[in-house]
Amino acid sequence: MSVDLNKLIIEEALKGLSNGDFSSVDLVKSSLNIISEKEGDIHAYLEVFDDAIEQAKKADEERKNGGKGMLLGIPLAVKDNILIEGRRVTAASKILEGYVAPYDATVIKQLKKEGAIFIGRTNMDEFAMGGSTENSAFGVTKNPHDLSRVAGGSSGGSAAAVAMGSVLGALGSDTGGSIRQPASLCGVVGLKTTYGSVSRFGLMAMGSSLDQIGPFAKTVGDAEILFKAISGHDEMDSTSLPDDFYKTESKKDKLVIGVPRNFIFTEGIDKEVLSNFEKSLNLLEKSGAEIKDIDLPSLKHSLAVYYILMPAEASTNLARFDGVRFGLSEDGGDVLGSYMKTRGDGFGREVRRRIMLGAYVLSSGYYDAYYNKANGVRALINDDFKKAFSSVDIIATPTSPVPAFKIGEKSEDPLSMYLADIFTVPVNLAGVPAISIPSGFTEEKLPLGIQFIAGHDREGILFELGKKFESIRE
Amino acid sequence: MKKEDLDKLAKLSRLSITDEEKEKLALEFDSILGYVSEIEKVSVGERILEAGPLRNVMREDGEPHESGLYTKAILNNAPDTEDGYLKVKQVF
Repeated sequence: MSVDLNKLIIEEALKGLSNGDFSSVDLVKSSLNIISEKEGDIHAYLEVFDDAIEQAKKADEERKNGGKGMLLGIPLAVKDNILIEGRRVTAASKILEGYVAPYDATVIKQLKKEGAIFIGRTNMDEFAMGGSTENSAFGVTKNPHDLSRVAGGSSGGSAAAVAMGSVLGALGSDTGGSIRQPASLCGVVGLKTTYGSVSRFGLMAMGSSLDQIGPFAKTVGDAEILFKAISGHDEMDSTSLPDDFYKTESKKDKLVIGVPRNFIFTEGIDKEVLSNFEKSLNLLEKSGAEIKDIDLPSLKHSLAVYYILMPAEASTNLARFDGVRFGLSEDGGDVLGSYMKTRGDGFGREVRRRIMLGAYVLSSGYYDAYYNKANGVRALINDDFKKAFSSVDIIATPTSPVPAFKIGEKSEDPLSMYLADIFTVPVNLAGVPAISIPSGFTEEKLPLGIQFIAGHDREGILFELGKKFESIRE
Repeated sequence: MKKEDLDKLAKLSRLSITDEEKEKLALEFDSILGYVSEIEKVSVGERILEAGPLRNVMREDGEPHESGLYTKAILNNAPDTEDGYLKVKQVF
């Protein structure tokens, strides 16, 4: 039977599958049709798996035999920094060309257990470093809403794969906004999960005190299903938290949304972004939420703190790419020469820049002034959040200070690209969860997103408010 | 940032980088470091970042999995091997 994946969400697809309205093979055929029609323009994928139909046949068979997987037969895409056993995985870097994953990431194991189908691996900024996928070694991903613009990043391929209708959901990773920002720019839902709630075993590390895997979907309800499938304690990830680690506070009678106006309404934030945000707040207030001004005085230092800690951690994590154990290996004469040639040739410009920046802030003369100081300021930022969540349930901001920008617009000026993370970075520094939900369009029909932030382990309240917001937005 | 500093950083980072890129990097580093240096002015006092409640995440001693289970898959990714070992250049 023919079915159009573009018009479905996971919840409906599961119903259709269980009613026998269509099969998983039908869903995958539709996915492959959409990819052959649009992928040439968009370039969301680095590889479309040639066994997708085979996977779907197995899922259909399993369903016939009473299989009850939460995602049985649902086609998903996976960011190219998450390992799927036996498949190539490169983090969009030349240094890992030809690398084949020797094991499944825990999230992949969980998705396989629930019966999900993997359609392909998606494009990204090399090693998740960037906000536009322009840093991919394999070409930029274009925004499905406007092909002259970026899809955002670093998980731009996953966002575009969902936005173009080729899959019902996707996985990404978020170190400073890499799920929420592309979700916002492509008009889909993106969830950054509580630090420690989703295992990172099998995710290529960038900033280990910040990285978190999370889902993309078309609706909040679908994001919730994917979150349920991938979350949970994992002994293979030492930062994974026991399921009852955080005591979840009870919700106040009336939902209170805090808005840090001093932080949001500043120079450099797009006017349409701000007016759309105000509109969303009005709608939320009308629907019964209390909107409260809050002050988070240390948040203005978040970007500076982030662009010290993240490169420091990345330079350490990427030391493993030495041309000896895996990936690209270039002969540079002696041992040192071979390291330097392999890494110099294999890493792209942004990755080289961040590795050197990290080496700088960690070097003995500057360690105290940069790395240690940044950790101190991070503690102040965490204090701000803690204090705020004693009086509000949710903090709201726009997701991105600008809608999707033109390809090439920011790529020559790294600092201007870094500033695009302003609203998303504080969330990673504090380790709390946040969701980006489509909130309307600019006059040029570019998608905009609103970000809701909650306290540790309170994804539940994000889903609750998110679903309400979907029902009242313009 | 001076070129000598960049030479040193490139070496510390084990990256071969062209002089042309170093010139560009010097300017970019000045702009990025100029921006992040704003934290110098923040007063942190005695506040330090806590790791959170400590708990033991180590497993008991023992065989985590059957010996050799992943050896082949891992060595298959290595650029050069010999008799089940990674082959490297002579160090001394």
